[in-house]
Amino acid sequence: MLDFIARRLIAIIPVLTVVAVFVFLMLRLTPGDPAAVIAGDNATSDQIDAIRAALGLNEPIWTQFAIWIGNILQGNFGESFFFKKTVAELIAQRVEPTLALAICALVIAVSIAVPLGVLAAYRHGSLLDRFVMAFSVLGFSVPVFVIGYCLIYVFAIELGLLPVQGYIRIGVDFWGFLERMVLPSVTLAVVFIALIARMTRASVLEVLNEDYIRTARAKGLSNRVVLMRHALRNAAVPILTVIGLGIAGLISGAVVTESVFGLPGLGRLTVEAVLSRDFPTIQTVILLFSVVYVLINLLIDISYTLFDPRIRY
Amino acid sequence: MKPTIGRRGFAALTAGAAVATTIRPAAAAPSVLRYVKNGNLTILDPIWTTAYVTRDHGYMIYDTLFAMDENNAFKPQMVGKYEASPDKTLWTFTLRDGLEWHDGKPVTAEDCVASLKRWGVRDTMGQKLMDFVKEFKAVDAKTLTMQLKEPYGLVLETLGKPSSVVPFMMPKAVAETDPFKQISSHIGSGPFIYVEAESKPGEKHVYAKNTKYKPRAEPASGLAGGKVVKVDRVEVIEMPDTQQQVNAIIAGEIDVLEQLPHDLIPVLKKEKGVTLVDWNPLGHQFVIRFNWANKPFDNPKMRMAALYCMQQEDYLKATVGEKDYYKVCSAAFVCGTPNAFDTPNGLLVKPDFEKSKALLKEAGYDGTPIVLMQSTTLPVLTNMAPVTKALLEKGGFKVDMQSMDWQTLVTRRTKKEPADKGGWNIFHTYSVAADVLNPISDAYMAANGAKAWFGWPDDPEMEKLRDQYAKETDPAKGKALAGAIQTRALATAQYGWLGQWYGPGATRSNVSGWLKAPVPVMWNVEKK
Repeated sequence: MLDFIARRLIAIIPVLTVVAVFVFLMLRLTPGDPAAVIAGDNATSDQIDAIRAALGLNEPIWTQFAIWIGNILQGNFGESFFFKKTVAELIAQRVEPTLALAICALVIAVSIAVPLGVLAAYRHGSLLDRFVMAFSVLGFSVPVFVIGYCLIYVFAIELGLLPVQGYIRIGVDFWGFLERMVLPSVTLAVVFIALIARMTRASVLEVLNEDYIRTARAKGLSNRVVLMRHALRNAAVPILTVIGLGIAGLISGAVVTESVFGLPGLGRLTVEAVLSRDFPTIQTVILLFSVVYVLINLLIDISYTLFDPRIRY
Repeated sequence: MKPTIGRRGFAALTAGAAVATTIRPAAAAPSVLRYVKNGNLTILDPIWTTAYVTRDHGYMIYDTLFAMDENNAFKPQMVGKYEASPDKTLWTFTLRDGLEWHDGKPVTAEDCVASLKRWGVRDTMGQKLMDFVKEFKAVDAKTLTMQLKEPYGLVLETLGKPSSVVPFMMPKAVAETDPFKQISSHIGSGPFIYVEAESKPGEKHVYAKNTKYKPRAEPASGLAGGKVVKVDRVEVIEMPDTQQQVNAIIAGEIDVLEQLPHDLIPVLKKEKGVTLVDWNPLGHQFVIRFNWANKPFDNPKMRMAALYCMQQEDYLKATVGEKDYYKVCSAAFVCGTPNAFDTPNGLLVKPDFEKSKALLKEAGYDGTPIVLMQSTTLPVLTNMAPVTKALLEKGGFKVDMQSMDWQTLVTRRTKKEPADKGGWNIFHTYSVAADVLNPISDAYMAANGAKAWFGWPDDPEMEKLRDQYAKETDPAKGKALAGAIQTRALATAQYGWLGQWYGPGATRSNVSGWLKAPVPVMWNVEKK
């Protein structure tokens, strides 16, 4: 197992190298000059040239790349072109809302989707099963921002139960934090509830037709025990895979959700950085997302061993 | 995971939130003004960028030597008294009593000299003034002089320039920062103090009332007069989504919304707790720029043919829609201001497509498509280019409209290559009307080739007229020169001005005291 983990961790290096080269080149080769954005609409060409020189953007592209990689290897992710802050400081400021949103959305999604999927499989063909399937199609089809606006209209504008937007840090005011996380988390969770519920249903349904389930029932075990101990556990591997993919999907979902709900997280930082062509910030955030993605997949792979003793690394 | 645990978790989460909403006080402290601006504040140096959101940050924490009042007159602000020598080459400014930086140190003439020098490097109007300045000198702690090489007609207009880049006064140590590097200290002498410790870029910026600020005795008027702060704190909340901005003001989570997209105005008009405020009576002006550096608009007949196709109302209807929020105005220097003149023969207001076709024939236009850049991310500009495409095609042009985000457009407009090699022929932009009130502050009028604004018009005759205007100290003669400059701009079809529009903001109904000014300012604003 340790060998496996070490090999996977080492494999991160080429992945990150490819991501770094790709992101760096993509930013330099697509249109958009941060100096022109910084200078503002009334600036002249001379003023923009001066800013470009000050930012080091007139250097040859490979020189810029070498400087960036050299700095990263020393733990220096650079300074944002816009904010007078290092990228590391910016990310540290923005990581809490994104982490909170992802965890809350995941907890909500798994808590609702897994039981729904199991029940739908257990009552295959029933009204509940059809409802779960219909909800899954709806959850996939409706864009995140539409769900967000609908929830805001009902719960914040019409009923006045929850705030429209904003974020309060958990350490500042726990209740404020909680009331501001409900709508964004539910918004982000909907698509994952649909995804996980559908996969759980399919996976459990397949297992329920296995011989060992029939044997368990023949032994006189209760439905609850059959479902939880035998069916769900054996169906867990594909469900975990989907949850892992879902966590990666949360990153892209967070970009939209944070913009809609005004959460100052990494998703919004990414959007702002892309719109303003803040190269150091975009590069670092994408590298960070890549690391998170790879590590989550590693954790999911390791977790397979907990549910299926046949899997060994 | 067991389903029962999930249910409990979810129930606890929602129940917790419901309890929180009932036990927490709903209203904010009455003296905190929560304000959403039309853009994110990322750069805090108002000399380093021309971005309006940074300019507005400047007005919060810095002060100016002179300022423009609501009648567009320039009045002393930090200056107590000033005088010009009889030959108008030596100007003496004395700072008023009681001026203090936020760290408690007194504002000195040396600070102001350093500030003017830094600003003079970056601002186009400042650069023009500096061409005439022989020397700035701090005579004593409160007195500075400006020795000119020859009389300059726009001294007060320049020092009291209302919009980007505003000559804000900074402490000498800060103002000595390289003009092409951002400042790192945010100490000003203005009516608010920037609370850096509580400000989080991308989330909010916090300003506290400067309790030591001594406002002028005169009542506030425009950007001039007494800057009396009536709230304890202003929080500028960063909220990128316009629909959410509207939702937040309806829900009372914010107090002020700087500018509304025109399509959302009807939503807020119906809301009882919200008032629409048109704080900028001069509004904004749409512009079309031609690229003089390349074919075909290096040919004046081609540019003129394009101007003959323009019809302001088509643009205003397509972008703004409601008549209350736009004005057809053929004056380059903004209707209702001292330098306003109508264009002859209805140019820009009434198209003449036959004249356009005739000019294209004379110019030998070969039918090569005109590359028209369309910005799709600034809502107020999105519909400009499709109107231009339709009008130009009626006038005999072929048009290749290329859509892109605003950041791509502002990058591409710097390129001087031919249109088929990554350059461009036409783009649209807009300006705060206060930026274009005279031929010197109006960057679109500059025609000094490579040094001019994008499009790079090259017209020595125009530059001669602008120099004469800059030197003219007689207002009547200055006005006549402004008229001549507008006429010259039309004769060469330098660019086109395509009408004025207004973008109202919104406040909760318990907020009052907005000043009529080209910049939304927070002094005088009260929250009851």
